[in-house]
Amino acid sequence: MAGLLFTPLAWAALSLLLDFRWGRRLSWLGMLIQVLVSLALWFAVVEGGGFFYALGGWEAPLGIALRVDGLAVTFVLLTAAVATACGLHAGVYLDAGKPWQRYFWPLFWFLWAGLNGVWLGADLFNLYVGLELISLAAVGLVALGGDAAALRAALRYLFAALLGSLAYLLGVALVYGRFGTLSLAVVDELLVTGEPALTMALLLMLAGLALKTALFPMHFWLPPAHGIAKSPVSALLSGLVVKASFYIAARLWLELGDRLGGQWLAQFIGVLGAAAVLWGSWLAFRQPHLKQVVAYSSVAQIGYLFLLFPLTFAVAEPVSLLAQQGMTLQVISHALAKSAMFLAAGNLILSVRSKRVDALGGVSHYLPFSLFSFGLAGVSLMGLPPTGGFAAKWLLLQASLASGQWWWVAVLLLGGVLAAAYVFRIYRATFLEDSDSDEFYHPPRSLEVIPMVLALLALGLGLVAEPVLSVLALPFEVVAGVEAAQP
Amino acid sequence: MSSGLLYALAGVLLSGIGLAGFLLLAHLLRRLLAFNLIGSGVFLVLVGLAQHRSGPDPVPQALVLTGIVVAIAATALAIVLIRRYFHLTGHTSLSAGSAADHGGAGS
Repeated sequence: MAGLLFTPLAWAALSLLLDFRWGRRLSWLGMLIQVLVSLALWFAVVEGGGFFYALGGWEAPLGIALRVDGLAVTFVLLTAAVATACGLHAGVYLDAGKPWQRYFWPLFWFLWAGLNGVWLGADLFNLYVGLELISLAAVGLVALGGDAAALRAALRYLFAALLGSLAYLLGVALVYGRFGTLSLAVVDELLVTGEPALTMALLLMLAGLALKTALFPMHFWLPPAHGIAKSPVSALLSGLVVKASFYIAARLWLELGDRLGGQWLAQFIGVLGAAAVLWGSWLAFRQPHLKQVVAYSSVAQIGYLFLLFPLTFAVAEPVSLLAQQGMTLQVISHALAKSAMFLAAGNLILSVRSKRVDALGGVSHYLPFSLFSFGLAGVSLMGLPPTGGFAAKWLLLQASLASGQWWWVAVLLLGGVLAAAYVFRIYRATFLEDSDSDEFYHPPRSLEVIPMVLALLALGLGLVAEPVLSVLALPFEVVAGVEAAQP
Repeated sequence: MSSGLLYALAGVLLSGIGLAGFLLLAHLLRRLLAFNLIGSGVFLVLVGLAQHRSGPDPVPQALVLTGIVVAIAATALAIVLIRRYFHLTGHTSLSAGSAADHGGAGS
């Protein structure tokens, strides 16, 4: 357990002392260990079910309680896969000669530690600390070695993230003031009926987290920050970082939403999510820069996640489970597909030396491999079978039909069509031959392989959805018993 | 009204002032100060609300200590970024900068 939380911090501190090349060697070792430990934990949970773990033997409230369940370990494993891919890619992609690049590795590891902390955190305050660790590291990565525009994006991101965290913390303060505990499981038990003050607390927490997840209309900070960062960083941010705050919001909603929320809140959040899907896809279609297209596509894909709120409120248990499984698959498939897309986009940009979509003409001859990865990831975003994106949207579709909320079906279908539109727009640009320049730079082969692996994982997720979901079903059954046993 | 509740109300008031400043001010350092004001207000709420029958509750005080550390880290990072941004562009607000070199944004 300590291997997941403290070793990333140790790697961060160690790599702070080293230059980029030595930091890279250290990080290769670190990434290998993280993947092995994550796999081991995943198998442990598959075998024995979820459990609570008190770090260092200190019980809550002073100790750090960890909640290890199927959902958490799946996300830990996902983080290990995506972060390793991004780390390997960054090791080649970033220019080792620039003096500031040595700070990439410490920030990378701090980010990883924060992510694991959020996936495993069992109490509200540690989730806050994890969130802040993620935000600060992510802002640092965006700003790393950047020009004025990158700094402006980073500052905007920082201010949005800080405001979101404080709104969340204020909600936590209200909950603590009422119940005198920070453990989500204990609050869930003590809470008998809804109270206006606690609904206020839930609203504050959800609003803060929605700001950090870039839910429409609070998405203004995401496209500049994700678009302007270096490609491996963009992949990390879009693939993993926005999911952390969503994960907390989803946990809060699933535990407390039935008593503190209401149909109005569920539908309102659903409408915002739907608006994000449509508006984000439309803006993605209109962007002149390649990475902005991918970044706005993230705004759209995040919108799907928020359909979880209306689809799990006041519906039958099996329907709610369908929606939760759909949401989880969407998180995983988007993380894999979007990081593949950003890394592939980075290769294309490296090759044509321009960030504009219309400069991509003819690149299909020179970089078919990267373009193919981009397309595979795009297929998953569109939600075509057999990808993970298809499985996720299929589950969400079934959940909306089963709960009688047919209007979300229209959003799901329209979103897929719009996603196809912006992916094919990129493809069209790459096949046009009217570009003046025929000088293309070939990125190293390893840069091309990594996005391909991620895209194939996203593609294969649809085929192995059943075994993945069987692990995810654990938290909602086995751990429920553990929670009841908690004081 | 207990003193704890008074602290909490003062905290809410401070957060409100900070939030207004955060949203309305353009100068980056002022916004950073406004952020710190919101933070202090939230900490007051956290300590003030959690009163137990046997006097103050120690747990939120430990939490606030952690929160202060986080706030200091965030403030330090923001100051570094603002300083660098000012050196590069000569602007002290984000909106003034985006109008001046709009061509650079997103490219």
